[in-house]
Amino acid sequence: MTAATQEERTDTAPSTPSPALSKAGRWARRAPLLPALIFLIVVTQLPFIGTLIVSFMDWNAYYPNDRGFAGFGNFVTVLTDVNARKAIFVTVVLTTTVVLTSLLLGLGIALLLDRKFRGRGVVRTLMITPFLVVPVAAALLWKHALYNPEYGLFNGMLTMIFGDNAPQPDWITNNPLIAIGAAIVWQWTPFMMLILLAGLQSRPLDVVEAARIDGASPWQIFTHMTLPHLRPYLELSGLLGAIYVVQNFDHVFTITSGGLGTANLPYYIYQTFYTALDYGRASAAGVVVVLGTIIIATFALRTVLSLFQEESR
Amino acid sequence: MVVMPVSAALLLSGCAGWGGGVGGGGSNTINVLMVNNPQMVDLQKLAPEFTKETGIKVNFTVLPENDLRDKASQEFSSQAGQYDVATLSNFEIPIYAKSGWVAPMNAFTKRDKEFDQGDILEPMRKALSVDGEVYGQPFYGESSFMMYRKDVFAAKGVTMPKNPTWTQVADIAKKVDRAERGMRSICLRGQPGWGQLFAPLTTVVNTFGGTWFDKEWNAKVDDKGFTDATKFYVDLTRKHGPAGAPQAGFTECLNNMTQGNVAMWYDATSAAGSLEAASSPVKGKIGYVPAPVMKTDSSGWLFAWAWAIEQASPKKSQAWKFVSWASSKKYENLVGEELGWSKVPSGKRTSTYANPRYLKEAGAFSAATRKAIESADPNNPGVQPRPAPGIQFVTIPEFPSLGTQLSQEISSAIAGRKTVDEALGLGQDLAKDVAKPYQEREGK
Repeated sequence: MTAATQEERTDTAPSTPSPALSKAGRWARRAPLLPALIFLIVVTQLPFIGTLIVSFMDWNAYYPNDRGFAGFGNFVTVLTDVNARKAIFVTVVLTTTVVLTSLLLGLGIALLLDRKFRGRGVVRTLMITPFLVVPVAAALLWKHALYNPEYGLFNGMLTMIFGDNAPQPDWITNNPLIAIGAAIVWQWTPFMMLILLAGLQSRPLDVVEAARIDGASPWQIFTHMTLPHLRPYLELSGLLGAIYVVQNFDHVFTITSGGLGTANLPYYIYQTFYTALDYGRASAAGVVVVLGTIIIATFALRTVLSLFQEESR
Repeated sequence: MVVMPVSAALLLSGCAGWGGGVGGGGSNTINVLMVNNPQMVDLQKLAPEFTKETGIKVNFTVLPENDLRDKASQEFSSQAGQYDVATLSNFEIPIYAKSGWVAPMNAFTKRDKEFDQGDILEPMRKALSVDGEVYGQPFYGESSFMMYRKDVFAAKGVTMPKNPTWTQVADIAKKVDRAERGMRSICLRGQPGWGQLFAPLTTVVNTFGGTWFDKEWNAKVDDKGFTDATKFYVDLTRKHGPAGAPQAGFTECLNNMTQGNVAMWYDATSAAGSLEAASSPVKGKIGYVPAPVMKTDSSGWLFAWAWAIEQASPKKSQAWKFVSWASSKKYENLVGEELGWSKVPSGKRTSTYANPRYLKEAGAFSAATRKAIESADPNNPGVQPRPAPGIQFVTIPEFPSLGTQLSQEISSAIAGRKTVDEALGLGQDLAKDVAKPYQEREGK
């Protein structure tokens, strides 16, 4: 808006061509971009508006004649339903623990990979691969190849090390949330590692060298120089990770089918939408998730932005 | 991601609206929506034969089960007329028939003598009918039975009764546990889902004298019959089931049985085909007996993928030609000759079980399968009258959601994180909510 008015002033001031002509010129420049804008609105905004409308409706596919306006009814159901509230709780717990754990692990691995050693390129590629695996495939891999108490790798290794009488824990049944969390951490640690490694490698080494000559210990260098330098990277990877992990569906669906108290909000929405065919309530739950994510993202983005501003000052 | 499904549905229904009533292609083309099971994929391969015979072209839309259910409910509830024929199960067909979304077929079957409606197995015909009017023709069908390792039983000196009760099965489970290294007694599904855990469990509930609802739509989930059955099921799985039981569904149990991790498995008759496949390490070692009972004479479930014609379709007679071809004896023969007799879509016709070439391939389990299907009665599966038909489910639109939610609780009970009473207490509340509008509608 401000750009447009400025442009107008500069356009009209010197040679004063007819305002209609300059307007036409501006449109000539903008017109080619219009299809993209319309496409963007159609693809991103219309579905959301559609979801908003549906969330205020009674709409169950099995009862097409009972379709109608529901007011806030769906939202009341979502916020008072025991399962929905449990799902909100699980989502929060899962997201925070997964993001924090993979941040810590990612930082550790990034610090190790920051050093020079033979075969570093290969190791780095290997470390990134979990992030490239399709989420459903990764979840299946964890469920069957690793966790399975009968033929899984974990219990097989226990038998290999401790012999035939080795304990054979039933990993998923005993700790369902941790089991799902571990599988997601495995996928997201490489992502955190990648961003943090990029941060580490942009660190000015001459300053670190100077500090070392001045007698700073490695720990002091890490806490006083590396960490402050990494802070925006930590926050960025944490924020991006959180946005994606909130939406995690594949692992919950594949590993426990939402059982054993592991159903999170995306799973709850899936269930309301696909099994109950209650589009109204599923949309309301979706809107709740979007609102929650927007609030968190706004706060998180604000801290990140304020950091950038501090730096540029 | 989160808003996606809803918007997708909006777009879908929108598209359906625009195409309303027209249907694709010319007057001699029909559109078929079907699930992507192997038998349907075979059908797609053989469809040119149908076109050659009748001159009718067929456009197939093939989807995985969950997507199919979603698309079919969209399509039929809006009567968009995009598809002339769809594969629906005996869960959807009675519901859709009551809403008038699927076309009645009695007029067709009366005229079409060659189709031989009398050859269709009685329970199938009943499960796909409402008030004597047929709304779907089965493509293939299944029931449930008990599968057990004959060799393991012989080694332990245990015999499986011809018609076991669940008490006898529990006794046997004690004896055959750890019969071989790492082998547990029985696999029963513990994975949440109305079509997973509750498929076998509801049949156990029925035969223990329980029910989801009584005739007056009172929820009976925390009643004695339901509680006894669930406790029995959970106990048996906890004591004698393989590790990982709360995550074990059909596939996991099939794995366990094939790999010799369990000695017994109570599940779908269709599993036998895989167990007796040439590559199976347990081929020929398995015995089959009817579903165990307690208070009823039989307790096997009934499931069928069936062809239904959409009410809004303007090409019903062409659609019937396709349906009658796909469900015919002639088609079974075609599959047998072209693709092999083990691939025949079975479990729907009496004549299939008189066909020597089919019996040669499926001899180990065909008689048991037919008997299981024939003794299933969806309208009267328990000891009391019910407000809606169904054996392993209740044929009401709310059941998938109700069953799935409660199955998550029972899965937790199998994992030992919750008691059965706690789980069923919550289930009773859920079931009451479901029943309320039905009671109101019936003025009670």
